[in-house]
Amino acid sequence: MREIQEFTLEELKHHLSEKAFSGQTVVLNMGPQHPSTHGVLRLILELDGEIIVNCIPDVGYLHTGIEKTMESKTYQKAEVLVDRMDYMYAMGNTLVYSLAVEKLIGLQPPPRAEAIRVILTELSRIQSHLLWLGTSALDLAAQSTFLYTMRERELILDIFELVSGARMMTTFIRPGGLWRDVPVQFEKMVRDFTKVMPKRMAEYESMLTRNPLFLDRTKGIGKIDTRTCLAYDVTGPTLRASGLAHDVRKSNPYSGYDLYDFDIPTQSEGDVYARYLVRMEEMRQSVRIIEQAMDKLPYGPVRDPNYKYVPPPRSEIGVSMEALIHHFKLWTEGFIPPKGAVYTAVESPRGEMGVFMESNGTPKPYRVHYRTPSGPLLHALPVIAKGHFVADMIGIIGSIDIVLGDCDR
Amino acid sequence: MGVEPKSGSSGVVTTSLDKMVNWARTGSLWPMTFGLACCAIEMMAMQASNYDMSRFGMELMRASPRQSDLMIVAGRVSQKMGPVLRNLYDQMPDPKWVIAMGDCASCGGVYNNYAVYQGVDEIVPVDVYVAGCPPRPEGLIHGILTLYEKIRTEKVSDWK
Repeated sequence: MREIQEFTLEELKHHLSEKAFSGQTVVLNMGPQHPSTHGVLRLILELDGEIIVNCIPDVGYLHTGIEKTMESKTYQKAEVLVDRMDYMYAMGNTLVYSLAVEKLIGLQPPPRAEAIRVILTELSRIQSHLLWLGTSALDLAAQSTFLYTMRERELILDIFELVSGARMMTTFIRPGGLWRDVPVQFEKMVRDFTKVMPKRMAEYESMLTRNPLFLDRTKGIGKIDTRTCLAYDVTGPTLRASGLAHDVRKSNPYSGYDLYDFDIPTQSEGDVYARYLVRMEEMRQSVRIIEQAMDKLPYGPVRDPNYKYVPPPRSEIGVSMEALIHHFKLWTEGFIPPKGAVYTAVESPRGEMGVFMESNGTPKPYRVHYRTPSGPLLHALPVIAKGHFVADMIGIIGSIDIVLGDCDR
Repeated sequence: MGVEPKSGSSGVVTTSLDKMVNWARTGSLWPMTFGLACCAIEMMAMQASNYDMSRFGMELMRASPRQSDLMIVAGRVSQKMGPVLRNLYDQMPDPKWVIAMGDCASCGGVYNNYAVYQGVDEIVPVDVYVAGCPPRPEGLIHGILTLYEKIRTEKVSDWK
């Protein structure tokens, strides 16, 4: 086993101020095992009293080698690994992967598949925001909010379990469409959820939005302006809280997002409280999108009928020799997309999540690279945290909502 | 354990020291919040409203290894994280137990590659393995109840 990676002051001299060497400031280690770092983030803080002078994020404690492993798996098998990157937005990870494969081959998922994709990824966004709300409020000592948000999160996980059999790692969205059509109970469960969610949102807001303790910990803390956001490539709610209404769902609509009517919430302050308001409003907009998608959910197939790339339905295998051959070929050697490189992007709860995929004419991808939103957020963290108290650091990490699996991969 | 009625309302319980100590240990395990990846979310769900682990005497998650006696390794352990995990385990006071939650902590799971330990038992001794990717909260509760059964068979002299 290796040793724990330790740094000397000399190694960190480019990140620290002069005062650290004379002992006027203290260099403090925070993490990787810390309850409020939302995973295994390690921060090296230079402190003047309780004020943060410099902050050095040390990532890689969750490096899993997913991108490299994908190169040795066929396109269908590599998708399973993708779920486990940004584990709070597993549906979206598989969606962006499927979009990339579809763009590479030229597949077109049917309208029903696209609508169900939208519903499921919006549900996924809500459950990610719910967990963020619960845990970041918990970090700011609001214990009860966590118990409320986890209650609603279970409703969403029940829907995921209904459609795919798994609560978190679903791999339900596949290249060319969906794994299978949704069961009949799906509509009622989603309708029940969209009916109950606005009332529950009011409950959370009554606990936090005008709570003086919460306001003291969030207002004016962790400010970042639009220019800095853009310089550090920060996207998502953090960018929108600083005033720029950028959302991939509007600027580059995918999966039929242009069919739905929704707003992009923005705030201008760019502090922790603004990010809280943006995410709360985003949950409402997601409910709005889900309701619209349920209203005009079309009937029909859920997979592209190009059986050279998309597995035929199970029901056909028993009666059609062709289907059996296709199924056998697809699950033994995989499919071969044409040579080329593509980039697709979706809006994850943390920002723009893109995938660059290169095919070299073999059944395995030559390179799959994910552009994930948590990395840039961590790059911007030292800028956001500078000049704040250590205690506020907890609120700031919570408010930018990083997922280390998303950052390290 | 038997209750022997005496005169008046007071009773006397006769038991062995091992049973008494094990009863106390199973009723008040303090797990460490050691969330690494996806499984940590299910571990939080286990603590939250729908599953509520406090029914089994485990509502207190401690952030410090020095105050905890159960390490639930929830997620994949990378090469960089391995020595940190061992260090935290060494800091925990005896008696201590380890649950490997999920496939990654048990055997490496889907990651058979350069970056991930093929099971956390390469680093620390594991008492209970919980299968699943990630396991359902019920699965983890079952794992913890299995650990209780194991603790009930232990002797005080096992931990010196």
